[in-house]
Amino acid sequence: MRYETIIGLEVHAQLLTDSKIFCGCSTRFGEGPNSNTCPVCLGMPGVLPVLNRKVVELTIKAALAANCQIVRYSQFSRKNYFYPDLPKGYQISQYELPIARGGYIELEMDHGQSKKKIDLNRIHMEEDAGKLLHELDGVPADHSYVDFNRTGVPLIEIVSEPHINTPEEAGEYLRILRSMLQYLEVCDGNMEQGSFRCDANISLRPKGAPVLGTKVEIKNMNSFRNVMRALEYETGRQSSLLESGEKILQETRLWDVNQGITESMRSKEEAHDYRYFPDPDLVPLVIDDAWIDEIRSTLPELPREKKERFVKEYALPEYDAAILTATRQLADYFEECVRLGPQPKVVSNWIMGDILRHVPDTRDISQFPVTPSHLAEMLLMVDKGTISGKIAKIVFEEMVASGRMPQFIVAEKGLVQVSDEGALEKAIQEVLNANADQVEQYRQGKEKVFGFLVGQVMKATKGKANPQVVNELLKKMLAG
Amino acid sequence: MTKALSQMTIHELHELLKKRAVSSREITQAVYQRIDAVEPRVHAYITLTRETALKQAAAADEKTKQGTIQPLTGIPLAIKDLLCTAGIRTTCGSKILEQFIPPYNATVISRLKEQRAVLVGKTNMDEFAMGSSTETSYFGPTANPWDLERVPGGSSGGSAAAVAADECIAALGTDTGGSIRQPAACCGIVGMKPTYGRVSRFGLIAFASSLDQIGPMTKDVTDTALLMNYISGHDPRDSTAVNREVPDYTRALIPDAKGLRLGVPREYFGASGIDPEVEKAVWEALRILERQGATLTEITLPHTEYAVAAYYLIAPAEASSNLARYDGVKYGYRHPKETDLRDMYEITRAEGFGAEVKRRIMLGTYALSAGYYDAYYRKASQVRTLIRQDFEEAFKACDLIVTPTAPTPPFRQGEKLNNPLQMYLSDIFTIPANLAGLPGISIPCGLSSRGLPIGLQIIGNLFEEEKIIHGAYCLEQNSDWHLTKPSLA
Repeated sequence: MRYETIIGLEVHAQLLTDSKIFCGCSTRFGEGPNSNTCPVCLGMPGVLPVLNRKVVELTIKAALAANCQIVRYSQFSRKNYFYPDLPKGYQISQYELPIARGGYIELEMDHGQSKKKIDLNRIHMEEDAGKLLHELDGVPADHSYVDFNRTGVPLIEIVSEPHINTPEEAGEYLRILRSMLQYLEVCDGNMEQGSFRCDANISLRPKGAPVLGTKVEIKNMNSFRNVMRALEYETGRQSSLLESGEKILQETRLWDVNQGITESMRSKEEAHDYRYFPDPDLVPLVIDDAWIDEIRSTLPELPREKKERFVKEYALPEYDAAILTATRQLADYFEECVRLGPQPKVVSNWIMGDILRHVPDTRDISQFPVTPSHLAEMLLMVDKGTISGKIAKIVFEEMVASGRMPQFIVAEKGLVQVSDEGALEKAIQEVLNANADQVEQYRQGKEKVFGFLVGQVMKATKGKANPQVVNELLKKMLAG
Repeated sequence: MTKALSQMTIHELHELLKKRAVSSREITQAVYQRIDAVEPRVHAYITLTRETALKQAAAADEKTKQGTIQPLTGIPLAIKDLLCTAGIRTTCGSKILEQFIPPYNATVISRLKEQRAVLVGKTNMDEFAMGSSTETSYFGPTANPWDLERVPGGSSGGSAAAVAADECIAALGTDTGGSIRQPAACCGIVGMKPTYGRVSRFGLIAFASSLDQIGPMTKDVTDTALLMNYISGHDPRDSTAVNREVPDYTRALIPDAKGLRLGVPREYFGASGIDPEVEKAVWEALRILERQGATLTEITLPHTEYAVAAYYLIAPAEASSNLARYDGVKYGYRHPKETDLRDMYEITRAEGFGAEVKRRIMLGTYALSAGYYDAYYRKASQVRTLIRQDFEEAFKACDLIVTPTAPTPPFRQGEKLNNPLQMYLSDIFTIPANLAGLPGISIPCGLSSRGLPIGLQIIGNLFEEEKIIHGAYCLEQNSDWHLTKPSLA
């Protein structure tokens, strides 16, 4: 039988605020255990949460960008369960009245050949839990330890409708969502540090069947690739169970990255009853239109719009535009450089070739020693013939190493391209004299030798010779 | 006969302190002498802070000398042991917090400290404020100073008994379903539950967050007005504390009742379980107010009969969540033996909580469970809305609603301890105000034939504490029940 895969994703994104959602503690990552804590985020007796306004602002930003409706009257609820990393015994989240509903993320599959809208169910705000440590200084301990630094760090949960049908679509959905949140400066999207996490619900049904099959929740996938692998695996597991007439159990399964399989974590019967109810410590959140409009006016150009503009405005291939707009920082770098004069396609080639080799995470491109103006200056020197394209490669590596301006490097190292015919004639003559055999071969019709002779001239001039002038002169001198 | 210092009120002592006729040190010492004399019989306190109190008194005297005396400066106050006091253990009457010393002050404590009030000690209470008799305390029951065989009411029974027995000048309590007003009635003192949101709850160890409110427990209405002036107001640390100007409540101390329209709810009188002596005393008080210019109107609060049921779903539901943090992981009691996580939780909580707390945690957990939420918690929330609407409607026809505070005078210790339903009905008249968020006061209005105090409750509209104080002050000025003291023989 042919099966259809139905996937829904739940993404938890950590918001880029300086302080936690309900207290003033820092959200900085990697500090000493329990150093970013206070009575409020430790859930001490008698303390009360107070909502961080910035959290709401960033959430509205994300919700507007994802085309959601902002709910004017929303509410925080308590999700009750016991675990040592949850100091109050409940997590403050949103349940019946989340801050945003609806919305969608548009996917472009097959290199932009087909588009598909993935509807969103909701976006809601919640606090993160702490972290358990089972070893101390790398040594397994006989006790577990709790680090509450992450407790109360603000998250948004973005819940999609079950409209995703393949692992590839899931991957594309996550890439587009992450890029959008990064553009908005709402989330840094770092999966390894856990600031962008994803759980998946997946079920299979016979193609065309009207009802959904039994769903399985998969957790513990810490990269896009693992999300796709886990969904691939789970599709196979479920379809072979169905093929052999067995039933799918409703359960939560964990992705085991080493074995490349999912394993049962808990069944439906063992699932928690979270006993959600409105949190009486927080008043309902009322959002007025003026605030929404104010936030809307601060929305930056989003990846899709930017990409389309790059194609139109800079006459770039779709492929280039997609890479250049992958992060806001890289797009800004490109535009900053182009603004100073060089040809957009040339800038794009340099970025995609040489620069990306040096910059693994383009969000850090502002730290890259070669600034857009340095790159522009160098490319304009090539354009004017001051240096050759080959020399430019040398200048570029020097800029990467030293961060100095190209004109200084060129001047200091004497890298200015030689176009002066007198000087070049002299160099060519020397090459001709030294390679009498090859000259003879050329004259007998072996034209391939021409390339060799050009190479010898470039070598003799340490690459500084203007290759075009060399070509012309060499041809003339061989003929003469 | 002149009054002993410990018998005086805040305003009387303030006059003496201002004139430098007496020092805070002398007052504080007098209070501790009284404590030494009667505390073994009353057991109003869980923790006494004698040393720091005497230091605070000395510091207050220093301030007074410098001429910066404020109305509460140097006045020895008792604090219910669920208000966090930095550096002083705060137990909530529970084994699970027996050794808990908070590193922060509740907002009300900070405000009293700004006034340079003196903290006498932390008063006894029903465990986690769950009870109406102060018998569920892990630290043993408190006796009613009027009759040591009887309960002082609860859950703020320690505060009420301490005020009645002159073991402090005034006290703070908290009221979730009547926990200030009912013990005030049982002990013959004044106790006010302000409007929900009037006083910051920061540092109040929560029982039921949507109902809890801190309030004064005093020897007369003037002292209540004074304490209200200093504990009320907005607090950036409590989102539910309303940002609204705090009036000078002492301006409402008006001795006549001219223009006050008093509503007498049909449902609160003649009900089964109400002691005729209580009803008689309340009616006599109503006549006094009428003579002072008030008009009486019969009103109806039709959903009153569902209030207790709704309360015993909402309050335990919130409590089941609020008390989840006492899990042995971070602070408080933990079962000492090495166990796995699940056993650690279960044994710690089984040993750390008393029977009533466990009963309510189970009730609340059940009411919020999947499949039961709509029938219990949601339905109770809907009833709560109806009760609120009853009051909205009633206040169109009157300024204040007058009722008995409790259906009976204080009962005997042990009488209701094993009958939770009977115990829960002690709060039948006080619970509706909590559900509606309304302010209410209990003031003494008579003694039963056995010589036990009877309290009268006045409920006002939201943020209309001034009208309540007005009505209560008028009754107090035209009767002398507040001057009658237990003999503590």
